[in-house]
Amino acid sequence: MVAFDEMRPDGSGVRKPYAGYEQWLLKQDPARLTEKMGDAERVFRKTGITFAVYGHEDASEKLIPFDIVPRILSGQEWRRLTQGIEQRVVALNAFLDDIYHRQEILKAGRIPKHLIAGNEAFLPEMIGVRPPAGVYTHIIGVDIVRTGENEFFVLEDNARTPSGVSYMLENRETMMQLFPELFQHVKVRPVENYPQLLRQSLANVKPESCKGTPTIAVLTPGIFNSAYFEHAFLADQMGVELVEGSDLRVVDGHIAMRTTQGYKPIDVLYRRVDDAYLDPLTFRPDSALGVPGIMDVYRAGKITIANAPGTGIADDKAIYSYMPEIIEFYTGRKAILGNIPTWRCSEPDSLKYVQEHLAELVVKEVHGSGGYGMLVGPTASKKERETFAAKLAAKPGNYIAQPTLALSTCPILVEGGLAPRHVDLRPYVLVSDKIQIVPGGLTRVALQEGSLVVNSSQGGGTKDTWVLDD
Amino acid sequence: MLGRNANGLYWMNRYIERAENMARLVDAGLRLALTRTASSTDEWTSVVVSAGVEFSFLQKHTEFTANTVADFLLRDTSNASSVMSAIETARNNGRMVRTALTRETWEAINEAWMSMTRLLKAPIDERDLPRILDQIKRETAFIRGSFYGTMLRNEIFDFSQIGTFIERADNTARILDVKYYVLLPSVSWVGSSLDNYQWESILRSVAAHRSYRWVYEAEYKPTNIADFLILNSRMPRSLAFCYRNIAESLGYLATEYGGRFGCHDTVETTLAKLRVGSIKDIFDRGLHEFLVEFIGDNNRLGAQIAEEYRFN
Repeated sequence: MVAFDEMRPDGSGVRKPYAGYEQWLLKQDPARLTEKMGDAERVFRKTGITFAVYGHEDASEKLIPFDIVPRILSGQEWRRLTQGIEQRVVALNAFLDDIYHRQEILKAGRIPKHLIAGNEAFLPEMIGVRPPAGVYTHIIGVDIVRTGENEFFVLEDNARTPSGVSYMLENRETMMQLFPELFQHVKVRPVENYPQLLRQSLANVKPESCKGTPTIAVLTPGIFNSAYFEHAFLADQMGVELVEGSDLRVVDGHIAMRTTQGYKPIDVLYRRVDDAYLDPLTFRPDSALGVPGIMDVYRAGKITIANAPGTGIADDKAIYSYMPEIIEFYTGRKAILGNIPTWRCSEPDSLKYVQEHLAELVVKEVHGSGGYGMLVGPTASKKERETFAAKLAAKPGNYIAQPTLALSTCPILVEGGLAPRHVDLRPYVLVSDKIQIVPGGLTRVALQEGSLVVNSSQGGGTKDTWVLDD
Repeated sequence: MLGRNANGLYWMNRYIERAENMARLVDAGLRLALTRTASSTDEWTSVVVSAGVEFSFLQKHTEFTANTVADFLLRDTSNASSVMSAIETARNNGRMVRTALTRETWEAINEAWMSMTRLLKAPIDERDLPRILDQIKRETAFIRGSFYGTMLRNEIFDFSQIGTFIERADNTARILDVKYYVLLPSVSWVGSSLDNYQWESILRSVAAHRSYRWVYEAEYKPTNIADFLILNSRMPRSLAFCYRNIAESLGYLATEYGGRFGCHDTVETTLAKLRVGSIKDIFDRGLHEFLVEFIGDNNRLGAQIAEEYRFN
């Protein structure tokens, strides 16, 4: 399986987006680059940009490795991508509105009813609820993979609470600190204004009852959450309060935070707490992370929750395979960005195919995330495949399968120079009365030679992602 | 500001202050134990008592030696007041309120934590003790420097100051109380070399052994030492200095929020006592009684502030 290298496909000449960077690179002393790599790590550690790995014994705080070679997209490539992403995001919101109201798409028979009704991500509590400004998923991270010059596919729509945007910002910040002269040489579109855009975007979807400037807050599960750094970072950059569930309560029909001067109402809550923990009175009663009664306030239209509860039904892996139909149904056009062909193991024919081709496929749990609970057929041992086959046979409906894609590669700096590694891309999308996509995103890179798993919890790293101003 | 953030700032600063004081206590103990005239067991015992952790110490150790005491006060994480625990708690609080801190301040706390984690990982070799104590003081000084140099003087600053000075007042008062008997007019004789060492040790544990001489005569005198640590409002670890700062911060909060609470009266009452009182009166009425009362009042003030500013 030969992968498309984004800098030098087939070992031939350098691709145009990388030309300016290469010119600069050739003039660099390799020893100095290695040194810079060490500098980058010190910067990250000092500022405390760490993440926690669940179930990791020794180190409760780890760094996501950062690679100093940027991942570069041309302006033209980016424009095409954004058209596809916008179309997708419009469809996702239309789908959510439909699924919690008239359910036209089910009536039209485009999606099987049982996929919705029997799905944990579907929240009956949201039926008939229309969120402020009609937006369900405000912040989306669309995972995109590339397999060739013009082949981009969507791997996953993260429509719940996508994380990683702080790495996009810090990676750029770090690159600019390490190589200021490089940014004079190559014109890269800025990503730094993301926090301001996020704040404006959240303000634009304030509840109708809020007349003045809305009070915005970020809701975090607390300092032990793996993404706590990001929650604090975004609150800080937006200039809003970072709150925990214990700071909030319902006061006079509003959600209010306990301040040193009494309770102060909140209009827009950017929550980084999962649906199940949001309101112990409505969802998990044992949750201490949420706010008792917030769903009542929400239904009364007194607060905006971003993203809205119940958006998970749109990025569920079982629904994912229907995204081409969903896009066509709501936008009337074919999807600009394709899906990866997906076998739904709930269907007997597909299951049979998957069982026979286990060694070639990637099999994922429908409700899993973070690269846990998946099988990468070609690299798995015979024993691993057999164990997995048993799980698959027991609960086929829990799994989907996809071909093992030759993800594109991008060089990273290793001892002895540059070496190609597989990458994916997560651009960040903001939805309010308009759709905004910051030119860039988070490039995740599998640091192990040949590995296709880019998740940070599985040893992946990140790169600064450049969109050229051309 | 969120009540939880006020709480985080208050405790972050209390624990930074505690870590530094802990290092100074061990430093003073070490110095005294090196002098032949003193019994080092007594000295290490009083260090542990001053730190307020005698009970938990005795759960783990039977002997008071440089090794057991330094280990317990510096690196034992089962002791919530050890330097390692204090820095860890300070950092966790700092993480919680990081949006309220400047980048420099947060980085200083984070670096202190990283450096302490490295430094205090393995059991301490007695020979390394001076270097380790030095490093702890350096890290806390660096945090304080970043804090004072970069933080806006607003409510964030005020709640931090209150935490720092409540903790410091408590520490100074407890150091004095553990040693109060060596300051009392002795029935036998005054000015033995042992007394001198003891007095110097008290001053050393509040980093005042040199500045004492700038203010008072060269000879150590118990009343002067007590005056310096209790009533001298220019001495940065004295009770008067701490209370002047607490009162000032509470005053700013009252102005900013447009209202006073009971804690404003409480702090004024204590401050007035420290302002008009003379050291002679305090000795006449009993130094120990004065200190015990002060420690109790100080704790109550902390609780009252937390309640009235909703961060309890």
